[in-house]
Amino acid sequence: MNKFELLKEVSKNRILLLDGAMGTMIQAHKFDEADYRGDQYKDWHCDVKGNNDLLSITQPDTIKQIHLDYLHAGADIIETNTFNSTSIAMADYDMQDEVHAINLSAAKLAKQATEEVSKVTPDRPRFVAGVLGPTNRTASISPDVNDPGKRNVTFEELVASYFDATCSLMEGDVDLIMLETIFDTLNAKAGIFAVQKAFDAKGYSLPVMISGTITDASGRTLSGQTTEAFYNSIRHATPFSFGLNCALGPDLLRQYVAELSRISEGLVSAHPNAGLPNEFGEYDMGPDEMANHLEEWASSGLVNIVGGCCGSTPEHVREISKRLEKYEPRTIPKRERKMRLSGLEPFVH
Amino acid sequence: MTNQISSFVNVGERTNVTGSAVFKRLILSEDYETALDVARQQVENGAQIIDINMDEAMLDSEAAMVRFLNLIASEPDISRVPIMIDSSKWSVIEAGLRCVQGKAIVNSISLKEGEEQFVQQATLVKRYGAATVVMAFDEKGQADTRERKFEICKRSYQVLTEKVGFPPEDIIFDPNIFAVATGIEEHNNYAVDFIEATALIREHLPYAHVSGGLSNISFSFRGNNPVREAMHSVFLYHAIRAGLDMAIVNAGQLAVYDDIPAELRDAVEDVILNRREDATDRLLDIAPKYQGSGSVAKEEDLSWREEVVNKRLEYALVKGITEYIVDDTEEARLSADRPLYVIEGPLMDGMNVVGDLFGEGKMFLPQVVKSARVMKKAVAHLQPFIEAEKTDGARSNGKIIMATVKGDVHDIGKNIVGVVLQCNNFEVIDLGVMVPAAKIIQTAIDEGADMIGLSGLITPSLDEMVHVASEMQRLGVDMPLLIGGATTSKAHTAVKISPASEYPVVYVSNASRAVGVCQKLLSKEMKADFIDQVYKDYARAREQHANKRPRTQAITLAEAQDNKFTCDWETYQPPVPAFLGVKTIETDIQTLKQYIDWTPFFLTWSLAGKYPRILNDEVVGEQAKQLFEDANQMLDELCQNQTLMAKGRVGIFPANSDGDDIVLYKAGDDKQQLARCHNLRQQTHKPKGYNYCLSDFVAPVDSEVNDYVGAFAVTAGIGEDDLAKSYEQEGDDYNSIMVKAVADRLAEAFAEYLHKLVRTEIWGYVKDEVLDNEALIAEKYQGIRPAPGYPACPEHTEKQTIWDILDVEASIGMRLTESYAMWPAASVSGMYYSHPESRYFAIAKIQQDQLQSYAFRKGWTEQQAEKWLAPNLQD
Repeated sequence: MNKFELLKEVSKNRILLLDGAMGTMIQAHKFDEADYRGDQYKDWHCDVKGNNDLLSITQPDTIKQIHLDYLHAGADIIETNTFNSTSIAMADYDMQDEVHAINLSAAKLAKQATEEVSKVTPDRPRFVAGVLGPTNRTASISPDVNDPGKRNVTFEELVASYFDATCSLMEGDVDLIMLETIFDTLNAKAGIFAVQKAFDAKGYSLPVMISGTITDASGRTLSGQTTEAFYNSIRHATPFSFGLNCALGPDLLRQYVAELSRISEGLVSAHPNAGLPNEFGEYDMGPDEMANHLEEWASSGLVNIVGGCCGSTPEHVREISKRLEKYEPRTIPKRERKMRLSGLEPFVH
Repeated sequence: MTNQISSFVNVGERTNVTGSAVFKRLILSEDYETALDVARQQVENGAQIIDINMDEAMLDSEAAMVRFLNLIASEPDISRVPIMIDSSKWSVIEAGLRCVQGKAIVNSISLKEGEEQFVQQATLVKRYGAATVVMAFDEKGQADTRERKFEICKRSYQVLTEKVGFPPEDIIFDPNIFAVATGIEEHNNYAVDFIEATALIREHLPYAHVSGGLSNISFSFRGNNPVREAMHSVFLYHAIRAGLDMAIVNAGQLAVYDDIPAELRDAVEDVILNRREDATDRLLDIAPKYQGSGSVAKEEDLSWREEVVNKRLEYALVKGITEYIVDDTEEARLSADRPLYVIEGPLMDGMNVVGDLFGEGKMFLPQVVKSARVMKKAVAHLQPFIEAEKTDGARSNGKIIMATVKGDVHDIGKNIVGVVLQCNNFEVIDLGVMVPAAKIIQTAIDEGADMIGLSGLITPSLDEMVHVASEMQRLGVDMPLLIGGATTSKAHTAVKISPASEYPVVYVSNASRAVGVCQKLLSKEMKADFIDQVYKDYARAREQHANKRPRTQAITLAEAQDNKFTCDWETYQPPVPAFLGVKTIETDIQTLKQYIDWTPFFLTWSLAGKYPRILNDEVVGEQAKQLFEDANQMLDELCQNQTLMAKGRVGIFPANSDGDDIVLYKAGDDKQQLARCHNLRQQTHKPKGYNYCLSDFVAPVDSEVNDYVGAFAVTAGIGEDDLAKSYEQEGDDYNSIMVKAVADRLAEAFAEYLHKLVRTEIWGYVKDEVLDNEALIAEKYQGIRPAPGYPACPEHTEKQTIWDILDVEASIGMRLTESYAMWPAASVSGMYYSHPESRYFAIAKIQQDQLQSYAFRKGWTEQQAEKWLAPNLQD
């Protein structure tokens, strides 16, 4: 049984656990510019402090330890530290050419962590999801209020950037690909296009997780789509799971997870923030409270995969893991075969 | 055949440059904002998907598709529906797919170029996450019979589902709707073939959909919309029962099957279902009866005369019928307590209906003006009775002073706005044309007006408007100032006029907006909010303007001159004119009539569309036809009465270019200077082309080549003011505006006609030119006739040179105002260039160095130059 089949098998039997926030954990270390640079980039020509993804190269032990903490807390799937590791996002640090090295290191660290843990508990398989973030540009929103037709990134540029990142993650032997925190569906469509192209190039496919972001109480993505419209737009990827993450805490996210649970023909994932940030930008929702919410989701049969986003820690994951053990995963509904189109809103015919 | 009637999806067809002349014009002129309105209307009218097509030879279709889709993305009321990306070019489709975040439909792919390409494109469509239309088209051609249609669709289905793994529910077959009733026997069964193929597809190819472009079916009845709509309705009725579950339609215009008159429906059904051999002939026989109203036309329907008097008044106002208005008004007066109540009651009620219909886009401008004519007649009848009562007249909504500003003579637009406002019960005091600021403001004070409306057409009028605003500020006249006219804009109002005064200045983009603006400005509740909104809007416009970076890079005048257009003057032989000197040309309306370019005439009346197609336009066709008839009737009368005269002056002179100027010589060999024409040169970076200046088309002084230029000034407006005034006095605003609109067209026609005379006889450089009027309008001839004040030579004072060398004023009475507007308003003047490479271009923005050079050449101060060149300077 290969990893993909194993994953499918496990997902039938229980709710799988994702890890929690990477950024929150890194922040606790309070690294300074020199720490970020490490030996490898000590002479880099611009500041790199804040480039968390770079730490997979310059502070590998710390990153690996965070992965281990999450695995020990009960995570089945851990996410590589590559949220910004595309040439488009790395341009902020002028590190477009480092993208391959960063992705490769990140994938290897995560892989090593899962292998170490699996030595101790070989009966429980662990998986590495290679993360593709949203980039810091939007293909369907103008950066200039005076010119709504303007774009600062094209579909082709996104495809090229995602393609390179995906190939590097695959070379690092990740088990899944995860497109997450999607706030512009067109970016995600470029991501899907690139991932499929990478699968063609490598000659094999991996399961794909797709997770969008409902930005606020309007119930829409940043680019204006409702949950179902978003789903219709990316359904062609036939992903392993559809989900929602970030922006909202579990209380506010629930209705959209419920909507996705109703319509998704694949597994449903959700990794909310630990509440909304307070005035200091910190997340206040503790492990117990967060687990209360997710337990209710599980008992209502809404989810197949859960975890945490901004503000969550290994303690959150540990508590969630403990509470969700006894619940069955969501069963996938049978839906009528229809043409499912979308603009900002869904249109089914 | 499936018995179940599926839900049916309307795909909006209007955002298609190949199907809609209006949309095409908007896209070609890059008026994307209005083009978005077309898309929005589609959605508002019930289109569940919108089809977008940019296949047009004159267009960079890929760029247009990308631009339009990107703009749609920021319009939530449009982008809420899915998009159908329509092109015959794969590259355009792919460019479109890269712009839409939603799940779209591709229209279309097919087996036309073979299976390999079909598979390749389908794979990409799937990867981009779209559904697709598949045409019944294969290597052998487009399917016409039922069997071929089904056979190709079946093969396509198998390839898609088995080889590509394409989800069958995302396949939409288009088995080709072809025109029926074409007179060709083989076409008679096309609709039946389509309907039967649809049934086969729905039965044998599970989950797939069937769609088609509906308007094709009725193609042979172009120009007869009632019959076309009946054909659409009948065809859909049967095709939907066979399983058609989508179609590309004009979402606002689908007749209800049951509402079609039985006679027409039966005849159409015979054609669609191919039920009788003579079906086409029978439909042709009855079709003319339905042309126009949708019910039986031409026979005057007088049933409205049976209604009560108030209803009759409303009917007459809405339909613009003057015939019975005096009798009806009298009848209403006799039953009213006071004559005034007739105006305040039934007449105003009727005008309110007109206002509402106009506001909803259900009536068009010419109709509204006709309604006003009816209203005026009614009021004129009541006036003596009201005066006998010695009470005040009807209370109006508000009083507005209107004027065309000093130096400008153009007033058609102003007059239309005046009429529309009067229709809505505003009192309009029209001060006419060339009105100085002091008079406008004094009248406003004396009359206790509520607001002032300014109009102007030529660019110097913009400055005059700023002047009026600053005078109002200085004198503390705090009433709102409305700005309108062809060269005015929101940007100019925001950046230049509004800052000149602390009181409200509001730009009104067209006549239909005027009423709403005035009502808001006079409403106690809405005024403050509205003005606040306008100010915010202007602040934004100013900010946008300030942030606007020039699209192209500027270069120095010297650099521009280095990149001038030039030709080999040593080998080029300028054509020697058959005539040198100046003469007067007289002609008649009968001659000029054939040279009229009608398209701008319809625009004057706010009817958009290209002539002659506009006469059959689905939306405004009826109105356009009526207007066209009225205009021709006016032309015939003018011809007969000879009340409108056309006269012109033309001259051809030896000339050479001297830098950017052109020197004109007196006839004779000694090259004695007669005049000097000053020109501007394009001053933006042109990596691929030249930086043109009109002087480039004339041999330079130092080439020692004998070259020539011509000049002309023509008018078809001698008598127009008197005619307009006499109509106005009869209360006939419609014909008062009509005579000016017609005179305007005649003047342009005169310019066209005279240019042809110059080319073929007077200068005679192309003796054997054979061009019809369409080709003339498209300027498919050698040589140009640029007019001062227009893009190639935007500076207006150059008209003075033309006046001088042709002795225009003394010989034919045409005059120039202080802003260099021509009087009569229906006039055209310009220069002639014969060079085969001569072409029209736009000067656009010039730089400080050229400003200084131009000022020096004209003998102006820099300040004077800044005034006259203002539109071409960077602000």
